[in-house]
Amino acid sequence: MSVVLDIQNLQIALPKGADRPYAVDNLSLQLRAGEVTCLIGESGSGKSLAARAILGLLPAPRVRASGGRMLFGDIDLRAASPETMRAIRGAGIAMIFQEPMTALNPLHTIGRQIDEVLRLHTRLSRAERRTRIIELLADVHLPDPARLLHAYPHQMSGGQRQRAMIAMALALSPKLLIADEPTTALDVTTQAQIIHLIRTLQRERGTAVLFITHDFGVVADIADTVAVLQRGTLVESGPRDAVLNHPQHPYTKALIAAVPRLIPPAARPEPATRVPTILESRKLRKTYGARALFGGRTTTALDGVDIALRTGETLGLVGESGSGKSTLARAVTRLLATDSGEILFNGHDLAPLTRRQLRPYRKRIQMVFQDPFASLDPRQTVLEVIAEGPIIHGTPRAQAHAEARTLLGLVGLDASAGDRYPHEFSGGQRQRIGIARALAMQPEVIVADEPVSALDVSVQAQVLALFADIKARLQLSMIFVTHDLRVALQVCDRIAVMRAGRVVELATAQQVFAAPQHPYTKDLLAAVPGAAWQQAMLERTDA
Amino acid sequence: MKVFASFFKKKFFFKKKNQKTFIRCFARNRAAVLGASILAVVLLTVILGPLLYPGSAFKLVGKPLLPPGGAFLLGTDTLGRDVAAEIVHGTRTSMLIGVSATALAVLIGALVGGFAGYYRGWTELVLMRITEFFQTIPAFVLAILVVAILQPSVGSEILAIGLVSWPGIARLVRSEFVSLGGREFVLACTGLGASDTRVIFRHLLPNCASSIIAVGSLLVASSILIESGLAFLGLGDPNVMSWGLLISAGRAVLRSAWWICTFPGIAILLTVLAINLAGDGLNEALNPRLRTA
Repeated sequence: MSVVLDIQNLQIALPKGADRPYAVDNLSLQLRAGEVTCLIGESGSGKSLAARAILGLLPAPRVRASGGRMLFGDIDLRAASPETMRAIRGAGIAMIFQEPMTALNPLHTIGRQIDEVLRLHTRLSRAERRTRIIELLADVHLPDPARLLHAYPHQMSGGQRQRAMIAMALALSPKLLIADEPTTALDVTTQAQIIHLIRTLQRERGTAVLFITHDFGVVADIADTVAVLQRGTLVESGPRDAVLNHPQHPYTKALIAAVPRLIPPAARPEPATRVPTILESRKLRKTYGARALFGGRTTTALDGVDIALRTGETLGLVGESGSGKSTLARAVTRLLATDSGEILFNGHDLAPLTRRQLRPYRKRIQMVFQDPFASLDPRQTVLEVIAEGPIIHGTPRAQAHAEARTLLGLVGLDASAGDRYPHEFSGGQRQRIGIARALAMQPEVIVADEPVSALDVSVQAQVLALFADIKARLQLSMIFVTHDLRVALQVCDRIAVMRAGRVVELATAQQVFAAPQHPYTKDLLAAVPGAAWQQAMLERTDA
Repeated sequence: MKVFASFFKKKFFFKKKNQKTFIRCFARNRAAVLGASILAVVLLTVILGPLLYPGSAFKLVGKPLLPPGGAFLLGTDTLGRDVAAEIVHGTRTSMLIGVSATALAVLIGALVGGFAGYYRGWTELVLMRITEFFQTIPAFVLAILVVAILQPSVGSEILAIGLVSWPGIARLVRSEFVSLGGREFVLACTGLGASDTRVIFRHLLPNCASSIIAVGSLLVASSILIESGLAFLGLGDPNVMSWGLLISAGRAVLRSAWWICTFPGIAILLTVLAINLAGDGLNEALNPRLRTA
């Protein structure tokens, strides 16, 4: 098939003082018509910068394409004039981004934003443009396109926005579509739909697609060819099946090994005697309301939720964004006030307690947060972060600091890390600090709210291993919130599937995997990226 | 209280490593460096003033209304006092009032804004309406009123200027607290069982310290202006030499003895300009949202 874009020895220079001189070095890649090329790598591998370089969107002059050629037809995009680039962007090469909310202008309707693309690049009349836009919106399977023309981005769901972005990108039938992690911000079920959509549209139109992702599951679902980028260097590339099933480079092997497996969890023996419940929610309700002067809409985040965490087990809360799983996690730790219902900790109802009364319970239930960048105070040293809890509860400063140093070792960090500030650490390391902070209180229950969602797969695997290790060693009970069913199956004893503020299914991990009852659970299982590939791999290893 | 004390420890304002980047950022802004240099000269004047012109600023030294350039560098005023000595002594008053009034404004503003931003709800509603009430009254008129009620003195001037300057700080601190309040580290701290005072003074205030410093530095300039205005209207402390008092005294003879009003005017202009330039530079260097590098 014909080569649409031929990248030859691309080099992107970083400013002085960066961690390496070149973000991307000596990258050669051919994007062919009708093919999806996946560029995969961890954060910081330079994959996004490579995509931006193609469109000339690098933050010049500090970061610039310093060498190589990018041949689009017979034009070298690296040397092209700004005017040529403007003509090519949108018409020849289009791009979709990770977060459609920020990529769309919030003040304009979807119709107007797509119209702008057509107005700039074509000579269609007003009525023709309108028909074309409705066609485009229908192509990306948006419901009721004529009405959506007048919708603003905030009135649409994340998946719908991403569809609108795709419609806009395809408006001028570009030869090349660059998709920069277009499904990372979406729920698994939506992600599966969007991937399917891109795949179908690309097949129909023969568009070349450069798909950037960090998830091998997604790669398995969409790619024709795969290119693996490690710290700016292309370490392996080739047809999908060859790379996925017979990776050559150790880095590729490590990345594939780190992908959470969709495999039946190991059978865990049911305890002989009935295990006591340590934390329980009964008929828990929480409504977020716009308490406006003139009424206002309310959203029910928790709609009478009953869950029970048994001593020593890990209970998974799985669901898509907006299902109420994070709200539940914050409610049972009493970081959020609830409207009604009971939160029983060892039989004591925590819901009606005041802040002061809660204090003795605080140290027994600890939380680990999702965002390793926002959950640590940037102005505290790591040691201060970890020792803060014990100091609040009356441990002498020196002793708290000494214990904090020991904890650093327990979570796999060097004791000298204690004197540094959070911004000097990577995401995975910060998450370890967050875990150490929770452990410093010697809690009985840990509530982990999406603790690995913001991390790269390889780091994710390490942090999950740390959780398993700590849980076994310290005999903790744990509530583990995640949107990734693969992760939940791997770490949880029982799984509660949540949707729209309710628990729709609560069963052991094995039952959820082997015999899901609720249709939504089945959807979630089917939407796991790379499910087919992993299934095939599993059968091969069995054979 | 210990938490209060530790807030003012320097390390909360600058992380050691950031200190270097801060200086580099600040130094890149030429205007800010110019401002800082002028400011350094002003501060030097405050320190060395008593050595340069010992004795009282009100001392009569020569014939009245001598033009500048003779025995007295900047001439003499209507009573035969050295204008240069008066300006040098006035510097101290202006800086004292500017800095103390700003400190008072920051204190009130941080408390009001902090409580409003942390507790939200009714507390916020009431506190912010009070803030807006203060904002609707012209600051200078309110300052005149307060000084007139309390008798003109350095203390009442500081109080008056502080009282009219805090609303800006309060709004700034409130908005910073609101945006920080949603961050997970605040939740994490609550989860550890920390008290409200601890969260506010240990975590939230240090995190908006850089914005407060930047805006506060600009407040010093406006305080100096208000002080001169008050003194000009005869509401300054009559026993303490200040730039405003000097201009006020000289305005009757503006046409025959221009130098009495002009030199203190230039002093005010330069000082306020310098503080504004340095303040902008501080803002740029400390505020990560404006930082380009």
